[in-house]
Amino acid sequence: MTPLPSRKNEAFRYTDLEALAGVWPVAPEEIVIGPGASEAMSVVELGANDVARHLVVTIEERGAFDLRVLNAGGGFGRIAVDVRLGEGASFTLGAAQLGSGGQTLELVTEVDHAARDAVSRQVIRSVLGGQATGSYLGKVAVARGSDGTDAGQSVRAMLLDRTATANARPELEIYADDVKCAHGCAVGELDPTGLFYLQSRGLTPPQAKRLMLQAFIAEAFTGAPDEQRLCEAALARLGEML
Amino acid sequence: MLQIEDLHATIAGKAILKGLSLAVNSGEIHAIMGPNGAGKSTLGYVLGGRPGYEVTGGSVTFDGQDLLALEPHERAAAGLFLGFQYPVEIPGVSNVQFLREALNAQRKARGEEPLSGGEFLKLAREKAALLRMDMDMLKRPVNVGFSGGEKKRAEMVQMGILDPRFAVLDETDSGLDIDALRIVGEGINAIMRHPGKGVLLITHYQRLLDYVKPDFVHVLAGGRIVRTGGPELALELEERGYEAVA
Repeated sequence: MTPLPSRKNEAFRYTDLEALAGVWPVAPEEIVIGPGASEAMSVVELGANDVARHLVVTIEERGAFDLRVLNAGGGFGRIAVDVRLGEGASFTLGAAQLGSGGQTLELVTEVDHAARDAVSRQVIRSVLGGQATGSYLGKVAVARGSDGTDAGQSVRAMLLDRTATANARPELEIYADDVKCAHGCAVGELDPTGLFYLQSRGLTPPQAKRLMLQAFIAEAFTGAPDEQRLCEAALARLGEML
Repeated sequence: MLQIEDLHATIAGKAILKGLSLAVNSGEIHAIMGPNGAGKSTLGYVLGGRPGYEVTGGSVTFDGQDLLALEPHERAAAGLFLGFQYPVEIPGVSNVQFLREALNAQRKARGEEPLSGGEFLKLAREKAALLRMDMDMLKRPVNVGFSGGEKKRAEMVQMGILDPRFAVLDETDSGLDIDALRIVGEGINAIMRHPGKGVLLITHYQRLLDYVKPDFVHVLAGGRIVRTGGPELALELEERGYEAVA
C-alpha cells in the first residue's frame, strides 16, 4: 500500500492529514480522450463524507476535455487532477470551492503540455467562511519542444471571514521558447460599499452577499454543458453557508 | 414623519455632525444645502445606516420608530430610500434580478405577498418609462458601464419600483445634463410628491429645486443646521454664497 504522504510533499502541503488517512489510499481514475475526441465531465462533491479523488487524464492529439469541479462537500475534500496534453489538445478546468465551518478543500492540478500547440485554461473560484481552508496548487509544465503552448490560470478566492484561509500556488515549469503562460491570483473580501448599497435597497445581509458572489462563482462554470445545473448547485450550497 | 434631534456622528473618530436637528412632516420636501465638508453626505449615510458612520449622540425617529436601532435592510423595509451620490456597480447581477429580490425582501419583511415575475416586469417597465430609461438597460448588470447621468436615472427607477415613503437623495442632480435634470426632477415629483411621503434633497445647487420645489431649505455648515427658510433661501444662496448667508 502506498504510504500516506507527509506535508513535506508539496502536493500535500496544506492537506488535512488526519482526514486524508481516513480515505487513503486514493485510487487513480484514468480518463483517456482519444485523438480528435471531445468530452466533458463534471465532478460535484456536496456530500457529508470526506472525499479524495485523483483523476489522471490523457488527452491525445487534437482531443478536448472540459472538466468542471464543484468541491464543497465533507469536512475534507481533495480533488487532484493530472493532465497530459498531446499535440493540439485542449483542456478546460472550471472549479469552484465553497467551504465553511472547519472544512479543508483542495484542488491540486498538474497540467503537462507534453507536445506542441496545446491549450489549457484553468479558472478557480473559492469562497471560504468560518475557519475553512481552501487551497489551489496548480503546476503547469511545458516540455522541451512544446512550442505554441497556450496555458492560462486564473485563481481567485473570496474570504467571508477573517478566520478563513486561502492558499494559491500557481507554478510554471517551462522548457520551451514559444509559449504563452498567463497566471493571475487574488485573494480578497466582499466590497463593503457594494454590500451596503444592496442592503440599503432591502436585501438582508445573506441575500446581499449571495448576489455579490453569484457572478464570481459563475465564472468557473461559464460555457459548461451543464452550466445552469452547476450554478444552481453552487448557489444552493452558498445559501447554506451565508 | 422624520424627526432628527441633536444628532452627533463621527467617522473614524472625527466628529462630522455636531448637534443637527431637523423635522420633516409627511407631504413635505426639504432641501439641505451647504458647502463641501459640511456633513451633507454623512447625514445621508447615517440615516441609511452605513457601517463606519458612528452615531455618538442624539436620536432619529421615523414614524415613531427609532430609526438608528434598525439595520440598513430594515430601514428600507420600513420605507426609507437612500439615493446614492455615487451609485455602486455590481458586476454580474442584472438590475431586474436585484430589484425584484430587493422589492420582495421588503414585502416579505412587511408581511406582504411577493410579486411574480410578470407583475414585477410590468412595474419595472412603467417606472423605467417614467425616467425615460430603456428596459434593456435594466437587463444589464447594476450600474456597470452606465454613464454618471444614467446611474442617477437608474437610482430614480429603483426608487420608483421600491416606492418608499421617505427618500434621502444625496446629490442626485450631480452629473446630470439639463435634459436629464428635468427628467429626474419630474421623476422625483411623480414618485415622491404625495401627502403620505417625505423627501430630504441634499444638493449643492439651486437648479434641481427649479423642478422639485422644496417647502423648506436648510443650510448645513459645520455639522449643524445654521439657517432655515423657504425656497427663496436657495436663490439667495445661489446669488450671495454660503459665507454671506450662513
